[in-house]
Amino acid sequence: MSDQAKSLFQKVWDAHTVRELPSGQTQLFIGTHLIHEVTSPQAFAMIRDLGVPVRFPNRTFATVDHIIPTDDQSRPFSDELAEAMMTELERNCRDHGIQFFGPESGAQGIVHVIGPELGLTQPGMTIACGDSHTATHGAFGAIAFGIGTSQVRDLLASQSMAIAPLKVRRIEVTGELQDGVFAKDVILAIIRELGVNGGVGYAYEYGGPVFDAMTMEERMTVCNMSIEGGARCGYVNPDQTTVDYLRGRKFAPAADFDAKAAEWLTLASDHGCHYDDVVTIDGSKIQPSVTWGIHPGHNLGVAEAIPGPNEVADDDRAGVEEALEYMDFAAGASIAGIPIDVAFIGSCTNGRISDLREAAKVAKTGRVKDGVRALVVPGSMAVQKQAEEEGLPEVFTAAGFQWREPGCSMCLAMNPDKLQGREVCASSSNRNFKGRQGSPSGRTLLMSPAMVAAAAIAGAVVDVRGVSNEN
Amino acid sequence: MSNDTLIKIDRVEGRGCVVRGDDVDTDRIIPARFMKEVTFDTMGEHAFEDARLAAKGEHPLDQERFHGSSILIVGQNFGCGSSREHAPQSLMRFGFNGFIGGSFAEIFFGNCTALGLPCATLSDADLASVMDSVELDPTQSIEIDVQASKVRCRAGEFEAGIPAGTRKMLLEGSWDATRVLLDAGDLIEQTAAGLPYVELPA
Repeated sequence: MSDQAKSLFQKVWDAHTVRELPSGQTQLFIGTHLIHEVTSPQAFAMIRDLGVPVRFPNRTFATVDHIIPTDDQSRPFSDELAEAMMTELERNCRDHGIQFFGPESGAQGIVHVIGPELGLTQPGMTIACGDSHTATHGAFGAIAFGIGTSQVRDLLASQSMAIAPLKVRRIEVTGELQDGVFAKDVILAIIRELGVNGGVGYAYEYGGPVFDAMTMEERMTVCNMSIEGGARCGYVNPDQTTVDYLRGRKFAPAADFDAKAAEWLTLASDHGCHYDDVVTIDGSKIQPSVTWGIHPGHNLGVAEAIPGPNEVADDDRAGVEEALEYMDFAAGASIAGIPIDVAFIGSCTNGRISDLREAAKVAKTGRVKDGVRALVVPGSMAVQKQAEEEGLPEVFTAAGFQWREPGCSMCLAMNPDKLQGREVCASSSNRNFKGRQGSPSGRTLLMSPAMVAAAAIAGAVVDVRGVSNEN
Repeated sequence: MSNDTLIKIDRVEGRGCVVRGDDVDTDRIIPARFMKEVTFDTMGEHAFEDARLAAKGEHPLDQERFHGSSILIVGQNFGCGSSREHAPQSLMRFGFNGFIGGSFAEIFFGNCTALGLPCATLSDADLASVMDSVELDPTQSIEIDVQASKVRCRAGEFEAGIPAGTRKMLLEGSWDATRVLLDAGDLIEQTAAGLPYVELPA
C-alpha cells in the first residue's frame, strides 16, 4: 500500500477542505447545493434573521418535488399548504438570485433525478441537499450528503458545512447479475448483508464487475439507497460510462469537455489505496428481492419464506416480531403470492427512463388486476418527455396503469397520492417504514420497477422472471 | 465572534421517558404529512403522532407517569431514515432536550447537535439498567453530563459515548455552526478558487 495512494473520497475531501475546526471536525466546501421546498424555507428564514446573504447563489439550485401534485399541477395548487410552500420557494429563489427549475422551466423533477440529467452532478464535486437520498449523486464519483435544515442554513450562509471525516468501506460486487435482477436488488442485498445501520460512520465505495457493467442510472439506484444501509454517502468511481453519460448535458463542460473528462478519470480511487473495510458480495447469487417488514433490511429473495423471530439474531428478534405484527404476515409464509392493493412505479430511486422501460416491458404482458390501483410517476419532466417519445404512456395506460406528472408522489405521500387504510403497496421507492406512504397503517413492499409491474398484473407478489420467460 | 452569543451545554437534566425498540425512523417521529409547513412551529404537536394514535393513549409520550419528562431514552439506530430536521425539532418542541440511546443514525445525530441537543450512547447492559430504572421510578432525575461524558440516574453512573468533536462543540457553544463557519472568511473563497468547477460569484 502506497502512502500516496488515495481513495476518491480522500481526494475529493482534501480538495474541498476549507480548514480544520477547533472541534476536530472539518469545514468542508460544498460545490453544489441543491434545495427543495420542504427543507429550505426555515433555513432561509434563519439566514434572514442572521442578516447574512446567500454566499454562492450561483452554486445553489432549486426545484420542487415533494409536495407537487401529480394529477393537476396548475396553479394555485388545490392544497393550500402545498401552494404556500411553493410560493415561499419561488420567493426565496427570486430574492437570492438562485436558479429555480420549476414546472415552467421544463426541467422540473425530483432533485436527485434532475441534477444528473442536467449535468449539474459531476465527478469530484461535493454536493449536499436537505434530503437523505442525496447520495444518489455519488454514482458520478461525487461525494454527496443528505443534511438537515440547520445545515441547509450553514450552506446558504457559508457554502460549507462542519462534518467529521468518514471511514471508507469498499463494497465489491463480483460476478454477473442474473436476468431479472436489477440494481434495486443489488442494494437490497447489500443492506440485507450489512444491516440498516452497518454504514454509520462510513462512506460506501461500490465497485467490482457488477458496477463496472452498470449504466449510470443503475449506479444511481444503488447509491440512492446508501442511507437505508446507514451510510451517509456512497459512490462509484468515475469511468468511461460516467463520461459518456455527461457529454452534451446542459451544465456539463462544453468546449473543454475531453480535458475535463480526462481529469475526472484521475479522481478514481488509486490502486492500493487504504480502505477501512472491504466487503465482497457474489452478484451472481442475488435474487429479485422484496421487502416483507418495516425497514429496508427486512428483505428477501422472492422465492424465500418470511422469517420468524427464532430464525434471526437475538438483537433482531423484537424488530422481526414488531414487523410481522404490523404487516400482519405469518412467519414461514412465502412472500410470493402476497396480494397487493396498490402498485407505485417512480421515486428518486427508480423513476428514471430505464426504470420505466423495464416496467413497460412487463406491462405489455397483461393488464393490471381488477381492484389494483397502479401509478406510474416519471421522475422528471425530461423523463416524462422521453417516455412520451417512446410511446410508454400508451403502453402503461393500455395495461391499466395511471400515467402521472413528475414528482416524489407516493414515495412519501406529501402530495395527494396516498395509501388508504391497511392497503399493501408494491413500490419501487426506497422506504417501507410504518406509515411511509401516507396511511398511518399502510404497508409497503419494496422491489424493482419490473417486479412492481409484474405484481400489478398478478395482483400479488410474483417473480418477474416467470413473467418474462412466458413472453 | 463574541463569546457572549454562545450557549454552552455542559449538562442536561430532567425526568426521563422510555421509548423502547430499535430502528425508530424519522417518518415515525414526524410523519411526512405534517411537514407541509414553512416553519417548525407546529412540529411539537405531531411528535410520534401515528404511533401514539395506534397505541391508544398507551404510548410513552402519552403515559401519565412520563409527563413532564425532558430526556428521551431510546434503543438502537434511533432516528434512521429521512434527513428531516423536523424530527428532532418536533421532539425538542414537545419538550425533550437530550437523548440517551444504544446508537443514533448519523444525520439525526448531526441535526440534534445543530440544535444543541446532546445524544449520549450507552452500552447495551447500561442502557437496559437505565431504561428499567426509569420505568420503575419515572419521577427520578436523569443527568447527561456532557463535561464528564457520564449518564447518571438512580441506577448509578454510566460511561456515556459522546464523540469528542461533538462534545467539544456542545461545551464550547460552537454547536450553532453558522458563525463558526463564517469565521473562515476568505478561506472559503480561496478553497473554491482551487476547484475546477466553481466560479466565484460576481
